[in-house]
Amino acid sequence: MFEAFAFYMFAFLTIAMFYITVTTSQALYALTALAAGMIFISAFFFILGADFLGAIQIVVYSGAVMALYAFGMMFFDTTRSVKEKHGNKLIISGLSILAALLVVVIFAAPLVSTNMEAFYPATEGVGNTQDVGMVLFTKYLVPFEVAAVMLLVAMIAGIVLAGKKMDLSLTLMDEAELAQENATRDEENKKVLS
Amino acid sequence: MEIGLNHYLMLSTILFCIGLVGVMRRKNLLMLFFATEILLNSVNIAFAAISHYYGDLTGQMFAFFVIAIAASEVAVGLGLLVVWHKRHGNIDLDQMSTMKG
Repeated sequence: MFEAFAFYMFAFLTIAMFYITVTTSQALYALTALAAGMIFISAFFFILGADFLGAIQIVVYSGAVMALYAFGMMFFDTTRSVKEKHGNKLIISGLSILAALLVVVIFAAPLVSTNMEAFYPATEGVGNTQDVGMVLFTKYLVPFEVAAVMLLVAMIAGIVLAGKKMDLSLTLMDEAELAQENATRDEENKKVLS
Repeated sequence: MEIGLNHYLMLSTILFCIGLVGVMRRKNLLMLFFATEILLNSVNIAFAAISHYYGDLTGQMFAFFVIAIAASEVAVGLGLLVVWHKRHGNIDLDQMSTMKG
């Protein structure tokens, strides 16, 4: 009873928040609604007993990703309202529902078979976090390391793309160019400070 | 009334629909990114639900990797968006037709 109540309440809240995200014309409203929706989604993970996934959802999505979007929005002019494409609404809705049904069929096709058994069954008597750790660091160690390398690459790519003067290499310059570069930078710093 | 796997799959479908509508009707690239986050989250719900109802941890593992991919996608995507905005002054999808033949 309690589970059903929680499910329907959070389902309604999540759908409402994401609906606001895709329909509002204000970027700030969309960002706030998306952050709220992410937190409501973590409630489903807690209901489903995936405690660690719920915590990760809050920390990574509502913390890191939303902060990144908030910082990114400072670069863009977000005060003006967003213009929308005016396509055929019927085609858009039809294609969306078709694609979503396809996703469900992909998910549900293996579930129809009756001889389905757990590949990595949950261990009795340990919490979800310990269980996840045991499976992640034994069976999924290589994908975990690859994901770590991918995050490192993404971090460096983000720094190089968004940073200033990243096309210059200080290590490849000779002394004269380096002195020139330092002089211009001092000039700029003085301008900023005065 | 018992909440079963089908309830979660239906919720996942609805959220995926919302995300797809967002992807198709948005012109601003930042809003397009928001819609892709909705898509990834709806799939995560389906993974966690299947993981719970079959007593299997594989679904949760895949959800972790989806979250990792989403985080790196945001980092690289926002970097590219900042570069584009510096160069062209807007982030509208219709303006990005320079690669059209």
